[in-house]
Amino acid sequence: MQIHISASDGIPIYLQIMGQVKRLITSGRLGPGDEMPPIRALAEQLTVNPNTVARAYLELERAGVVTKRQGAGTYVAEKPSPLSRKEKLRVLSERADTLLVEAEHLDMELEDVIDLLRERHGLFSTAAKQ
Amino acid sequence: MNFPSPSSAEAVIAITALSRRFGSKTALDDVSLYVPQGSVFGLVGENGAGKTTLIKHILGLLRAESGTVRVFGLDPVADPVQVLGGIGYLSEQPDLPGWMRVDELLRYTQAFYPGWDRAYAEKLRAEFGLDPKARLKTLSKGQQAKAGLLAAQAHRPKLLLLDEPSSGLDPIVRRDILEAIIRTVSDEGRTVFFSSHLLEEIERVSDHIAMLHEGKLVLCGALDEIKKQHRRLTLRFPAGLSTPPVVPGALNVTGTGREWVIMRNGARNDVSVAAASLGAEIVEEGAPSLTEIFVAHAGTQAGREPSESAIPS
Repeated sequence: MQIHISASDGIPIYLQIMGQVKRLITSGRLGPGDEMPPIRALAEQLTVNPNTVARAYLELERAGVVTKRQGAGTYVAEKPSPLSRKEKLRVLSERADTLLVEAEHLDMELEDVIDLLRERHGLFSTAAKQ
Repeated sequence: MNFPSPSSAEAVIAITALSRRFGSKTALDDVSLYVPQGSVFGLVGENGAGKTTLIKHILGLLRAESGTVRVFGLDPVADPVQVLGGIGYLSEQPDLPGWMRVDELLRYTQAFYPGWDRAYAEKLRAEFGLDPKARLKTLSKGQQAKAGLLAAQAHRPKLLLLDEPSSGLDPIVRRDILEAIIRTVSDEGRTVFFSSHLLEEIERVSDHIAMLHEGKLVLCGALDEIKKQHRRLTLRFPAGLSTPPVVPGALNVTGTGREWVIMRNGARNDVSVAAASLGAEIVEEGAPSLTEIFVAHAGTQAGREPSESAIPS
């Protein structure tokens, strides 16, 4: 598992870790049941405070993204996260707005953006199957 | 004087109302702070803000003129053996005896600390790539810093105290120092206190921070809380302004023309109400980095234009 964080852009580091773990799962680079690196190892690798990594893992666990097995580490959850539909839409709406603003500035038609989403989605599902 | 903080019982360092003057200059002005056990506590401030003076009090090199300093619950001036025995200290310019070899430095330092861990020292020496036969004066600045760090760490101190440890060092040595900090705090119950003006490093590894500005403590607390309390808001005005708008509750205001960025510390409502009364609209809101928070506070406290007090990030 390779993730990169930056302390210069204002986003709390635990949120950056959470975001990247979710991204790795979505893109298929981390699969259900995969073991996450131990907190201490990831903290040393990223040179961040171990409590920050612990917090990211705890929040990921609360969100149902990973599960902790007693005395045996942290694993990517087998089931998708049980967020409510409303919550899912809230999270995605912000991202969609950013995308639409960019598209508008680049003079892209909505249809082109939708096609692009389909194409990218195709790539993700191929990667996840491998 | 009793400690006002309820958590001071577990505090590794407890400083209460500490003031210090050098001639007519006030180096520390009524500083109170508590360093919880097991934390990585980052001390931030410009050059000359009082960081080193504060650290000298913790080491018992300076006696408190007013206020109290307690380390492990003891007075470092009255009980230097107990206090210094539990501290691993690295200064900005490690004062190493240049004629000694690396292995001699380790044997020499070992004599002061009953808890010296020879196997651990050897492991660190190998990791740092230090030649045991090399004379200290022949080492590069980065290698000298590593030798100093090794001597500070190898007795597994309860408190690792670093004064500007990565100042002027290359990124590889800085990373070794950050890793040492993380390794120390991962070791159950150990505490790290370090000062730096490299705010990105502080933000990466600290869970608590204190910010000194001209001898005064302007911020102190858990980093998460401090980051949560600060927001950066961009206001858009219907017409361009030639002077910064006065926004109550804003730490500082920067910008030009129609758009001005304000940093606030506290309730968002104050700013939205103020913005509405000025006829402005909040067009963007974001989380500031520690550097931005620092610049906002340093600018406000000095009563200067914020841009003058900007420090390079």
